[in-house]
Amino acid sequence: MSAHALILAGLDGDRTWRLQDYVARGGYAALKKIVAEKTPPDAIIAELKASGLRGRGGAGFPTGLKWSFMPRAFPGDKYLACNSDEGEPGTFKDRDILRYNPHAVIEGMIIGAWAMGCTRGYNYIHGEIFEIYRRFEEALAEARAAGLLGRNILGSDFSFELFAHHGYGAYICGEETALLESIEGKKGQPRFKPPFPASFGIYGKPTTINNTETFASVPFILGMGGEAFLNLGKPNNGGTKIFSISGHVNRPGNYELNLGTPFAELLELAGGIRGGRKLKAVIPGGSSSPVLPANIIMDCTLDYDAISKAGSMLGSGAVIVMDESTCMVKALERLSYFYHEESCGQCTPCREGTGWLYRVVHRIEHGLGRPGDVDLLKSVAGNIMGRTICALGDAAAMPVQGFVKHFGDEFAYHIEHKQCLVPRGVQDAGSQIYVSPSC
Amino acid sequence: MILTPETLQEFDREIAKYPAGEQRSAVMACLALAQRELGWLSPETIEFVANYLGMAPIAAWEVASFYNMYDLAPVGRHKITVCTNLPCALSGGVHAAEYLKKKLGIGFDETTPDGKFTLKEGECMGACGDAPVLLHNNHRMCSFMTKERIDQLLAELEKQ
Repeated sequence: MSAHALILAGLDGDRTWRLQDYVARGGYAALKKIVAEKTPPDAIIAELKASGLRGRGGAGFPTGLKWSFMPRAFPGDKYLACNSDEGEPGTFKDRDILRYNPHAVIEGMIIGAWAMGCTRGYNYIHGEIFEIYRRFEEALAEARAAGLLGRNILGSDFSFELFAHHGYGAYICGEETALLESIEGKKGQPRFKPPFPASFGIYGKPTTINNTETFASVPFILGMGGEAFLNLGKPNNGGTKIFSISGHVNRPGNYELNLGTPFAELLELAGGIRGGRKLKAVIPGGSSSPVLPANIIMDCTLDYDAISKAGSMLGSGAVIVMDESTCMVKALERLSYFYHEESCGQCTPCREGTGWLYRVVHRIEHGLGRPGDVDLLKSVAGNIMGRTICALGDAAAMPVQGFVKHFGDEFAYHIEHKQCLVPRGVQDAGSQIYVSPSC
Repeated sequence: MILTPETLQEFDREIAKYPAGEQRSAVMACLALAQRELGWLSPETIEFVANYLGMAPIAAWEVASFYNMYDLAPVGRHKITVCTNLPCALSGGVHAAEYLKKKLGIGFDETTPDGKFTLKEGECMGACGDAPVLLHNNHRMCSFMTKERIDQLLAELEKQ
């Protein structure tokens, strides 16, 4: 944990999540100040813009700008949604935020409701983390009992109702418009945009959707001031970010760091590579971000702009580490299977293309690759990109493009020699992806 | 009545989360609650939930068949879902799955002859730092599932 950790500061146990603990840490002070001083919404949005806070769910869209899109004079309900449907392979930060600091998310949402004039909100929680969903419901009950949520918050004329909605196993619902459909009680198939959620969201009403970590950052920004938050990171990349590091490291877990921290520092915090082996590649921002080889990532700092310049994305901050014992064809095969499995089936290029990608990578992996298969992968991926309603199509295509670009020699070797470039014994000693010989 | 009054009370609690007239939003929660009580979702159960919420049964069926934690066929008393996605696989997720297959003598999507255990392959559960990870009956997440810990879990479930 960095010296500047905010959201996860000191929270490595299960006993510090209750309202009284959060208040003891200075929680709800920002909200109380806003309500007491009747802070104008514009002032809050200006502070967020000054903070450089960008969406922590993957897209990195500036939060202050997003909040300014909500119509001011809309008569009737406006909605707020929190996206805690964390299912991008490699990402597991929102689970810990909700587990250890749920009130930071609740306070961030209440402040958002104040700034955007929202009357109702939902936190959509990933299906597989039922225990966390139950805890969040308990935290909501605490906030209601303390007059922080519901009618006439803290004795003011401001009212906001907030509830938890439990998902039930669909990666696609992390896509914001699929999430809206799911809240409405439908299958989670993304909507065509425009209209954007700010004009047509839940039940057709104006809606803003932010990630869990984004909301959790808001009370800290208003507490320390936008500029101070920005200065924790670097220009255009303000604040701290929680990085979920998994794979071949000694201490996988969540590490909250200032944006702009060198990747090498994160790797060291995570205890370095298991078994003293060498780093081979890193998927820096969740499974859909293009993989980067060791020599590139070791020179990167962890922020939106630096990772983008290196040819990938900071995404959700999910860092998947692979050491030299990893067969890159096998790794891509598993990811391609995932996207095929999770495509909602609405758009032909994604529904058919993800299956096609998986089948081709699968046959290369199993020694049945044909000459021209690498070009075929590039062609299919290229024909999915940009041709679907939502980003799942791109999310399936980008890993293929990254793996083929940086590790094309392994794919060519597989096709020519019907086996892995990484010797079997090396893999057995390390990577763990295989159990029985399959190539 | 195919569900207990207690479960129906929970239905009503879920419905109250949404604005009047939007009770359909509670369909995911109600299907999950029905499955918790009955073990799986038969067409009759899905129709019951749909009628309770005043929505077309086909619309409830669409939801039940879209989200992968709903079981549209009977499963064993203990459903174990193992994540084998890449981050878990890099830390032994596939080994955990293979060990479970061997111990239980079944493959994915199969149930032991005594009806006690069903094994499923899962996708990302958002807990990759705890790999290997598995889920028991959708609601209990088990972390760092080494062979020893799998043995302990199975022994505990055997007794239930």
